[in-house]
Amino acid sequence: MSPQTITNPHQPLHQTEQASGLDTFYYDNKTVRNFAYASLVWGVIGMLVGVIAAFQMARPEFNMGQYATFGRIRPLHTNAVIFAFVGNGIFMGVYYSLQRLCKTRMFSDVLSKIHFWGWQLIILSAVATLPLGYTTSKEYAELEWPIDIAITVIWVVFGWNMFGTIIKRRERHLYVGIWFYISTLITIAVLHIFNSFEVPVSFLKSYSAYAGVQDALVQWWYGHNAVAFFLTTPYLGMMYYYLPKAANRPVYSYRLSIIHFWSLIFIYIWAGPHHLLYNAVPDWAQSLGVVFSIMLLAPSWGGMINGLLTLRGAWDKVREEPVLKFMVVAITSYGMATFEGPMLSLKNVNGIAHFTDWIVAHVHVGALGWNGFLTFAIIYWTIPRIFQTKLYSKKLANTHFWIGTIGILFYAIPLYWAGFTQGLMWKQFNNDGMLQYSNFLETVLQIVPMYYMRGVGGLLYLFGVFVMIYNIVKTVKSGSLLANEKAQAAPLLPAEKDDAHSGHWHRWIERRPVQMAVWATVAILIGGIIEIIPTFLIDSNVPTIASVKPYTSLELQGRDLYIREGCVNCHTQMVRPFRSETERYGEYSKAGEFVYDRPFLWGSKRTGPDLHREGGKYPHSWHYHHMLDPTSMSPGSIMPPYPWLFDQNIDIASTPAKIEALQALGTPYPAGYAQRANQDLDKQAREITAQLATEGIEVKPEKEIVALIAYLQRLGTDIKIKDETASK
Amino acid sequence: MYKNVLESIAGIEIYPIISFLIFFIFFIGLTLYVIFSDKNHIAAMGKLPLKNDDATNYGGEAEL
Repeated sequence: MSPQTITNPHQPLHQTEQASGLDTFYYDNKTVRNFAYASLVWGVIGMLVGVIAAFQMARPEFNMGQYATFGRIRPLHTNAVIFAFVGNGIFMGVYYSLQRLCKTRMFSDVLSKIHFWGWQLIILSAVATLPLGYTTSKEYAELEWPIDIAITVIWVVFGWNMFGTIIKRRERHLYVGIWFYISTLITIAVLHIFNSFEVPVSFLKSYSAYAGVQDALVQWWYGHNAVAFFLTTPYLGMMYYYLPKAANRPVYSYRLSIIHFWSLIFIYIWAGPHHLLYNAVPDWAQSLGVVFSIMLLAPSWGGMINGLLTLRGAWDKVREEPVLKFMVVAITSYGMATFEGPMLSLKNVNGIAHFTDWIVAHVHVGALGWNGFLTFAIIYWTIPRIFQTKLYSKKLANTHFWIGTIGILFYAIPLYWAGFTQGLMWKQFNNDGMLQYSNFLETVLQIVPMYYMRGVGGLLYLFGVFVMIYNIVKTVKSGSLLANEKAQAAPLLPAEKDDAHSGHWHRWIERRPVQMAVWATVAILIGGIIEIIPTFLIDSNVPTIASVKPYTSLELQGRDLYIREGCVNCHTQMVRPFRSETERYGEYSKAGEFVYDRPFLWGSKRTGPDLHREGGKYPHSWHYHHMLDPTSMSPGSIMPPYPWLFDQNIDIASTPAKIEALQALGTPYPAGYAQRANQDLDKQAREITAQLATEGIEVKPEKEIVALIAYLQRLGTDIKIKDETASK
Repeated sequence: MYKNVLESIAGIEIYPIISFLIFFIFFIGLTLYVIFSDKNHIAAMGKLPLKNDDATNYGGEAEL
């Protein structure tokens, strides 16, 4: 069929076409193109921010002022890459393949437009709010409540458009790729809504509806499954569509793909607690997370093998076709990352790897290899087709492939090395039974060279993307967009007519998208419910520690500064029950200590030391000097200075609203305390400044640094008080 | 400490057992279905992305 541009896709059918019994309709390629462009543009921005963050870890000088510290731009990097680069990549792939697999145009052009622009606005609002310090601090769910609501609305628009398209399809059976899309839509909706329960304090500040252990379990149920259902299932759906397309042969085993789908979505949802091994969560939840993580290896590798074996007898094509090269590395990276994941969830491996750069290397094999390379492959494949031309230069695409691959290696290998080295150094005892590296900074300085190399790896990868953009721009210029692509297909007969000889339940479900969605929901909810319900039981069963009290109003303001500055990105608040940790930090963390923590701030990475037992460890003056210039207290420290905390005043106008919000959530402040809270705040601030004055430091009580010191000095001290009382 | 939490939730042992049984039974059923499903149907399903390509043969398909 020759290319044909149609100005009015809704024009009446031609008489002869009606006579042949075929419907004529038009695929919408414009939305596909828009999502492809958006993916590239946001990809460059997200990766650039990532490169800056990488070099900040090697040289603190790269922390450029208040709005560009590592703590603030790290969430910008993760959100931009996950939701902007990969997110737009998903929509590009879904809008292209869904129309063709359903043999129909997308359900509504208006919904497509709202979806596209709505999603870009959400990303823009993330770019605006995260550097300003508006964050919930929950990983990959940092955006504040108004943006959470906008995400929900746009996600519903996407779902509406997708189901509308599926329902008006001309192909009876739903291809396995579409099942993956449906499970993505449903599960992300469930995860996003449940993890975003929060009580607004002001327009851009909220407190989590969950506290402590419960918040941690819900967050990592979300966090783990955001990886599963945003970074994995939609990309598997795309793999099942684009790989057969690019290789021009059907998938190796369609049977295997059915097992792959159901077991993957069924098992994935259980594995979240493996992010909290040795943390203060119940043993049964940890064990459940481990067992299901190991089981996850089977469907993940089933999918990878299915992908790679699709190329059996076609490996000669891989040598010549860059699209297939990108796909092979993507699928291999998927295989490596999904082998490593279950290994990392073994408790003995996790004990070394957790909180180190090993985890960062692991996720980047997934992000750069699996998501990045599959996105590139699909863009290289799609753009020439919808622009009715050929790719400008295969040579440049091959160059991009090699630069990108070397970039991934340069990124991952030094970080694996760094993670392993540091994990072992933390645990090293000398012959006297003392910690070999008792100064945490020693273990950091050891791996700074790896941080440089990782930054170079990131730069290489980003340079490859620029090569690609040049290639794509040249390709686009040599062709013209076929905005509405003509296609023909027989209309779908009513289902009853061919139901007579195929009564099997799975075939039945393959024809019914709504039932498919319902069963996929049931599959993910079983895991979700069994994992989450006991955590709500825990809430009333966590052994309460009598001496654990709510934060004072000054400490609360300090805690919100800790959240604003993104301290949690580099410091954990979770001393694990290992001798190497209790020696270094003090008593291990207890579940009952976090009952007033909204949100929880356990963290997932120790670029700096754990802070859970920080309270009372140093005098106020130490923190004062350390926040002003970390190297003055810890020579060689890679932590950036925070001079603005010494200029800016505590936002005391927000105190009553904060206290009221926490009271609404059950924190036992006395009735009417909201109005008195600022008096307490002032009193405690003056005590701290008086103490500082005795150490020769003059600071006004209304400065932010005072609140932060109050919070840091409170950390982990509740049970210390208990010990003192007990010994009296 | 962790043990205390575990024991304080009545009947918690049943959760991992239920979860395993649900998955195991489901997985066996699915495997049996897949093994005994109709060959022609499976082959036709696998070809869906290729079959739908009629209208999209632009670009470099020929040179692949």
